[in-house]
Amino acid sequence: MNPDRRVLVIIPAWNECRSIGAVIREVYGELPYVDVLVVDDGSTDTTAIAAAEAGAAVARLPYNLGVGGAMRLGYRYAREHGYDVAIQVDADGQHDPRYIPKLVDVLDDADIVIGARFAGEGEYRVAGPRKWAMRLLSWVLSWLAGTKLTDTTSGFRACNRRTIELFAAWYPVEYLGDTVETLVRAARSGYRIRQVPVAMRPRQAGTPSHSPARAAVYLGRALLVLLLALIRT
Amino acid sequence: MKLTIVTGLTGLALLLVLVNLLRRRQLREKYAVLWIIVGLLIVPLALFPKLLDTVARALGIASGVSLVMFLGILFLLVVCVHLSWEVNRLEEETRTLAEEVALIRAQRRHEVSS
Repeated sequence: MNPDRRVLVIIPAWNECRSIGAVIREVYGELPYVDVLVVDDGSTDTTAIAAAEAGAAVARLPYNLGVGGAMRLGYRYAREHGYDVAIQVDADGQHDPRYIPKLVDVLDDADIVIGARFAGEGEYRVAGPRKWAMRLLSWVLSWLAGTKLTDTTSGFRACNRRTIELFAAWYPVEYLGDTVETLVRAARSGYRIRQVPVAMRPRQAGTPSHSPARAAVYLGRALLVLLLALIRT
Repeated sequence: MKLTIVTGLTGLALLLVLVNLLRRRQLREKYAVLWIIVGLLIVPLALFPKLLDTVARALGIASGVSLVMFLGILFLLVVCVHLSWEVNRLEEETRTLAEEVALIRAQRRHEVSS
């Protein structure tokens, strides 16, 4: 990894005071040369205090905007402070910071690098409508990007300067827009997208949802987002 | 005859409310023209419902009342779409402001601590 590049780790956090401190300390422990920005997305708990105590820069939104809103703020911060690389990491401890150097290395010949599940590494499994939705999304996006993408809804990704500029100016707030729509637009505008296989860990706090009804709703929304992303200019 | 009194009074009341809102500057000018035109169209139609019968027949619609109904619903639909668009724009503006506030607060915290 090139030590001259200034790297910012952006962690969007909404009521994550139980895990945020440990996540930040782990990032600093593994990668002492990066800066960490926590975007506190209108938390009602002590997320901002916990993040500041762990040594991260904190940007507090006055109310909850959703991951997309938090991330555009993160990219604006990265642009204003002149970072060369911005990496999005979840606040719940799912993403292992030891993969970050790998993601940054692949940025040498890509504009966006996704840390992807289902790519050989790790044990992540899903079933039913959620799986069909994810299959469909990765099929369409692989075709658009001209490279195999297995995990288009991953919130673990690295962006170079060119992509930071794009995402600082435009980043959707809608559900799934922050992952799927950004990739569709980036791919259609000629940004090079690559993926790196990663293993995801169980969350340190909070529970994932597994109800079939929710999975069906997810499929519907995924289709809608994809359709909109494809017809939007 | 009674019907005409009811619709006429409703039309007049609507026009009065609109003029009053405009007078108290609670509706912006960009909407003022639109609503004044709407008010001025509604009152004569409410008093003389048969005014549009000729126009309606020329369009193949049986009565002027149906034509007014159709135009009214169309108008409401357009207004709804326009309001959705406005809400969307306002949300985008408040989002940008929220981001701006967060950036300024982060900057200030940084300056205070260093």
